[in-house]
Amino acid sequence: MRAQAASLALHATAILLALWVLLPIYFIAVAAFSTPDAVYAYPKQLLPRDVSLETMRFFLGSEGVGESLVRSVLVAALTLLLALGIGTPAGYALARFAFRGSDAVRLTIVGTRAFPIVILSIPLAVMFLRWGIDDSVFGLALAHTALALPFAVLVTSSVFAGISVELEEAAMTLGCSRAGAIRRVALPLALPGLAAAAIFVFIISWNEVFAASILTLRNPTLPAQVLAALEQSPLPYRFAGGFFLLAPSLIVIFVIRRYLFNMWGRVVR
Amino acid sequence: MATTAAPAPTLASRLRRWEGLPYWLVLPTLAFLVLFFAWPMAQAFELAFRDEGGWTLDHVRAMRNDLRFDEALGITLLLIVVIVPAQFVLALGMALLVNAKLRLRGFFLYVFMLPLAISDLAAGIVWSAIFTETGYLNTILQRLGVLEFPYIWLNPLEKHQILFAIVLAELWRSTVLIMIILVAGLQGIPRDYGEAAEVFGAGFFQRIRRVTLPMLKPALQVALLLRVILAFEVFATVIAIAGASTTVLSAEAWRWQEQTQNANVAAAYAALILVLSLVSAAFVLRLLRTPKEQLLR
Amino acid sequence: MADVGFERVRKTFGKVVAVDDVDLEVTDGEFVVLLGPSGCGKTTLLRCLAGLEKVDGGRVLIGGRDATDLPPRRRRISMVFQSYAVFPHMRVFDNIAFGLRMQKERKAAIAERVRSAAELLHIEELLDRYPAQLSGGQRQRVAVARAIATKSEVLLMDEPLSNLDALLRLEMRAELKALLRKLEATTIYVTHDQVEALSMGDRIAVMKAGRIVQVDSPLAVYDNPADTYVGGFIGTPPMNFLEAMVEDGRANVSGGSLPLADASSELEDRKLLLGSRAEAITVKDEPHDDAIRATVVVLEPLGSHNLLTVRSGEDTLKVATPPQVFREPDSEVWLGLEPARIRWMDADTGEAIAPPGQREVAAAPA
Repeated sequence: MRAQAASLALHATAILLALWVLLPIYFIAVAAFSTPDAVYAYPKQLLPRDVSLETMRFFLGSEGVGESLVRSVLVAALTLLLALGIGTPAGYALARFAFRGSDAVRLTIVGTRAFPIVILSIPLAVMFLRWGIDDSVFGLALAHTALALPFAVLVTSSVFAGISVELEEAAMTLGCSRAGAIRRVALPLALPGLAAAAIFVFIISWNEVFAASILTLRNPTLPAQVLAALEQSPLPYRFAGGFFLLAPSLIVIFVIRRYLFNMWGRVVR
Repeated sequence: MATTAAPAPTLASRLRRWEGLPYWLVLPTLAFLVLFFAWPMAQAFELAFRDEGGWTLDHVRAMRNDLRFDEALGITLLLIVVIVPAQFVLALGMALLVNAKLRLRGFFLYVFMLPLAISDLAAGIVWSAIFTETGYLNTILQRLGVLEFPYIWLNPLEKHQILFAIVLAELWRSTVLIMIILVAGLQGIPRDYGEAAEVFGAGFFQRIRRVTLPMLKPALQVALLLRVILAFEVFATVIAIAGASTTVLSAEAWRWQEQTQNANVAAAYAALILVLSLVSAAFVLRLLRTPKEQLLR
Repeated sequence: MADVGFERVRKTFGKVVAVDDVDLEVTDGEFVVLLGPSGCGKTTLLRCLAGLEKVDGGRVLIGGRDATDLPPRRRRISMVFQSYAVFPHMRVFDNIAFGLRMQKERKAAIAERVRSAAELLHIEELLDRYPAQLSGGQRQRVAVARAIATKSEVLLMDEPLSNLDALLRLEMRAELKALLRKLEATTIYVTHDQVEALSMGDRIAVMKAGRIVQVDSPLAVYDNPADTYVGGFIGTPPMNFLEAMVEDGRANVSGGSLPLADASSELEDRKLLLGSRAEAITVKDEPHDDAIRATVVVLEPLGSHNLLTVRSGEDTLKVATPPQVFREPDSEVWLGLEPARIRWMDADTGEAIAPPGQREVAAAPA
């Protein structure tokens, strides 16, 4: 009997927490997919009454929004390539080799997390100006890569650590060079984990606001654009902007949820 | 008998040697981090403490004398003190929930994890949509009959209401990160310990207090470290909800850089944030460290 | 201490039946071993007794009380886990004292019991250390001390020796047996090691696929196995089984035939298995009327005795001989099977034919 009551309480709490997460998202989705009039109206419609793309179109048609969207994608894609391109070898090295200084390297890489993006981006703004890459997609991607690199290294390191080294050793006894063994054995097995890490790096870059705002002026990414316009922007702009910032995240988490689950071992299949 | 001496090892042959490999693999990362982390950091200190004429505290003084400094510092610290403990309790509860026998666990996990990929700007906008005068909170309260007229939640004169909204937004957005770390920690505790405690008489809360939490210390340490550092970076949530009325340290840094175009004072703010982060990090590391003799390998 | 009862206990995991309507009674002070290969349900049965698994059918009784619906901490049990589960963040003293503290004993009483438990396990000097500073064997002692320190009615042990190295295991076996005898503790002990089972238990419950196949004293289980499974599981080497038919007072096997002392009619007209232990077979060099022919395949000198693998017709047997007896591979020998120790099994069901419980005193070898 007590067990049943406990289980009931457990599930009730879980549902409450789920609602707490979902309702705000639901509200902004409803607002984003309604007419601008509905957005201004009070009291608000709690259920989607007149679904309309007008608010979204208003947002997308606003000055600079379309381009900033494209730029966000570019920056994120570039960050992904850089962070994983540079970080994966390091992750492999940390996982496979117990070399002198590996602990120090790991500590350094983890330690960069202690430094807030704030103290990074302000001098970068000055530096980029000097180098001529200020206000550019490339410059921002570099800053984002600095942010995402430690994450990429640590995740790829744990992905490779999870692949038994004996598989590569077997390949090497059968005639592969180390590089060949990595290419044929380790990488294919690591691909799901690396893909999940890549997607997460993408999202980190997509969401990043502070550096994006400081390092761009006339060529902002979506968050920077929305932030700049935030104070003066009308409600429909805000709501649609908010939804646009959110939407990729929802999809991303859904896509990589399996891997996130696996990161925790025996939580869920 | 050898007639020629062995050739001296060339750079190329040494490069090809096995032992050097890990260093080469790690080099790009380290180089990148030096270039885009260490160097900017040094530059930041230069910006904050240097002038045309050399080392100076002018910028720091400008920061200190700025009207908004006190509020920025106070609110930042207040938010941390309020949010972090609440978040840990919530995250621990969620972690235990997820770890227990829950039906549709996969569904709940997916939902709980959604805020993970939501930026602080989006979270701020979402919650401002709820708290705004024509927003959803007022709508619901009006429908329920609690209110007759829309209440101005985000009233610049009622700071505590604005802070409340910010706290909710931050709890909503970043608790799941803590939860993930705690769940990983919980999974790392072998089942046997809980069962042994149960066999020897410990009830549910006793088990949590005497076995689970002590063994969760490493995970708690990591989570707290991360959270405290992130807390000093709180930025877009505040701007989205409070606009210019309430400010925190990082928002001030942003304004000095973007609006006033004064990189020096902005750097001074950044340096302050860094110092506070590091001090807190050191504090957390000390507070929650596991003494060596308790580490069962 | 108290007695324990399992009444038609059933436990399923989805479609898998781990414990299949098991009945077992353990009297106060008795040491019962649950023995079987992995997957046979012994650990599950133990955990059902502990309350760590909820039974799907039947009852669990401890000290006469129905404990089936009680949580573990109300059952007055203590347990030694296979991994020891010694809390790494507490000193040894606090580990041992844990159960007593949960029972809200007075400080002085706790200190007293902890010390006496530590003395019994010879770990008095380790009380101030942390588990991480101890060896595996020492941690195991802490786990046992923790279990005996509390005032429990039943002591449960889940393969407590399996993580120790062979030499340590041997020592701990004897020490544990002496200790538990002294404490007169009702003990349920799970193991897959039949040597451990034979050495320690008052009675052994041999399990297979969720059922208890035979429950008896070690000697009875060894000498009178209830079926070929038990005969093959218990004893090193396993019992030899030869296909046989009984006719006109003789047992015909592949390698020859033997006269039977008292041929009961039960044995006629059916396919039989003749069971004989390795040490109940003698090696002769000349044909005898009561011996069967065999060829030596390999000889393993084991120090205390030699183990011969021989081939007799279609059958392969293991024979134990005194250490001075040597035979070359491929040499011909004649095997005499000690009649009093022959056990008959039905070849189709594998079950023993002469009912167990008729324990015959082993006659002197012919």
